[in-house]
Amino acid sequence: MNPFPLPLVSALGPVGAYLIYVLIGFGFGFVLEQAGFAKSTKLAGQFYFKDMTVIKVMFGAIVVAMILLFLASGLGLLDMSKVWVNPTYLWPGIVGGLIMGVGFILGGFCPGTSLVAASTGKIDGIFFLLGAFFGIFLFGETVSSFEAFYHSSNFGRLMIPDWLGVDTGVVVFVITIMALFVFFGSEQLEKLIGKRDLKKEPKWRLPVAGGLIALAVVVLAVGQPTAEAKWARMAEEKTKLLTERAVQVQHGEVLSLLANDRVRVRIFDLRSESDYNQFHLLGAEHVRLEDLPAMLPTLRLAPENTVFFLMSADEKAATDAWKYLTAEGLPTVYIIEGGANQWLDQFGDEEFRKNHAIPFQGEDKMRYHFPAALGARYPASNPSAEEFKLEFTPKVKLATKGGPKGGGCG
Amino acid sequence: MTTVSLKQAKSQAAAKSTVARVAKPYIHPYVAAVALGVVLFLAFFITGNGLGASGGMNRITVFIEDLINPAHIDRVPYLLEMAGGDKNPLDSWVVFVVVGAVMGGFVSGLISGRLKFETVRGPRITNQQRWMVAFLGGAIMGYGARLARGCTSGQALSGGATLSVGSWLFMLAIFASAYALAYFVRKLWN
Repeated sequence: MNPFPLPLVSALGPVGAYLIYVLIGFGFGFVLEQAGFAKSTKLAGQFYFKDMTVIKVMFGAIVVAMILLFLASGLGLLDMSKVWVNPTYLWPGIVGGLIMGVGFILGGFCPGTSLVAASTGKIDGIFFLLGAFFGIFLFGETVSSFEAFYHSSNFGRLMIPDWLGVDTGVVVFVITIMALFVFFGSEQLEKLIGKRDLKKEPKWRLPVAGGLIALAVVVLAVGQPTAEAKWARMAEEKTKLLTERAVQVQHGEVLSLLANDRVRVRIFDLRSESDYNQFHLLGAEHVRLEDLPAMLPTLRLAPENTVFFLMSADEKAATDAWKYLTAEGLPTVYIIEGGANQWLDQFGDEEFRKNHAIPFQGEDKMRYHFPAALGARYPASNPSAEEFKLEFTPKVKLATKGGPKGGGCG
Repeated sequence: MTTVSLKQAKSQAAAKSTVARVAKPYIHPYVAAVALGVVLFLAFFITGNGLGASGGMNRITVFIEDLINPAHIDRVPYLLEMAGGDKNPLDSWVVFVVVGAVMGGFVSGLISGRLKFETVRGPRITNQQRWMVAFLGGAIMGYGARLARGCTSGQALSGGATLSVGSWLFMLAIFASAYALAYFVRKLWN
């Protein structure tokens, strides 16, 4: 199942893979030229409401590709988790977009369209292209002076359905309808300002619009793979992480991350509420497995330096939660090794361990009993890294690297 | 005589079928939209990557910088990521998409009779003014595209289709700023 996307380099070798990319680029350039995007006045016409080709082609292409992508994903042909989704760097993206708008209206191209303008001999396209190379060069030379901003507000792979907590099919459907409204409005503007005779427009526009709506409804009906299906797809690779104990973090590392100001730690305690009330780590949140789906949209918005730790009495419930969150693509999720039981073995003092131990009750059940619900008011709830100085093999990898390394930039 | 002119007519017809003399009209925007959408989908479906332009141009820039002044690359972390050590900045899918796009544009122009050295501009400016503004616009566009981590192709098209939140906001930002400025630079285009 899920044969696509293809592992190009391993299947075809680097040369074959790059040939595929040249072919894709060829199609890209060919269509841009056929659409008239080598002509700057046609592109700029968009911004005077005379010729709305830009928005029609761009928005139309986005909708067609979106419908096909999520249809292929829903039918199990395409593994969406292997498809590159532009990471959301909120403010650099918005400021960059505002700057590019200025370049667009002055220069009359965007980088992609200037390629086909230059290759078909448009001299203004060649000048634009040279300018673009210069701007790119300038960016490489100046980015060091605002590295912190360049890496700021990073939300990683954030898709609209996850952000809104809405079904992907609903988003696909709404965007499709929105696009059709935009097309209708664009045509009216062309008639009004560009003095275009809409009667001469082809008749097939309506059936095509109907076809798009029908396809969007199919995407909605087919739905997207469930967490179970996503897990099944990655089970082999991820189970290896579990059996190799690559994601079960040792106590020493937990303490060192808790003490690290640059890392945000969230601990989810998956035991029963009474177990949680009797004893839990300082700052741990009580979470049930069934709460996780509702929490996902907010968890995805967590800053990039967030590490999630899962804890149960032993490891079973924490492992189930790990599988779910990993299947949903949440990075930096880890299990606290040995759960609350081993935590108390390690950090409870000798007297505590002698007086509070109870016989084995079953897997993932507490081996200690507490006379009162003291929550996080035990010394073991907040052991100091200084006092214990535990050795550990580091396992936590923060999802994004390359951020500012602290200190001044430059 | 008659055979020769027949031959000429034949060769002219053959030339016409591959290299058009008179510029053909552009295809309908919605046809282009579907075609571009299918190309974009196939890119994602087959390779897992979308389309891009400025990313490839960026790597070409870094490649040239690396030829001229490799020591400089080693001092800038942003450049080092692409060209540090024995890394070749051209060894990336997006460079090949750019190469393909140039070829595709050229062939499309060739078969549609639109290969022609000319300057396309608004009626109220000179060619030289158009070139200067095009260079300036290109520079601003190139700078912004790197800040935004992608241009209209790599961010708006690719990120739009995969429903990236940032890409949709980016798209709004481009159009907002271009529309806001359009009135003030109307002399360039009208």
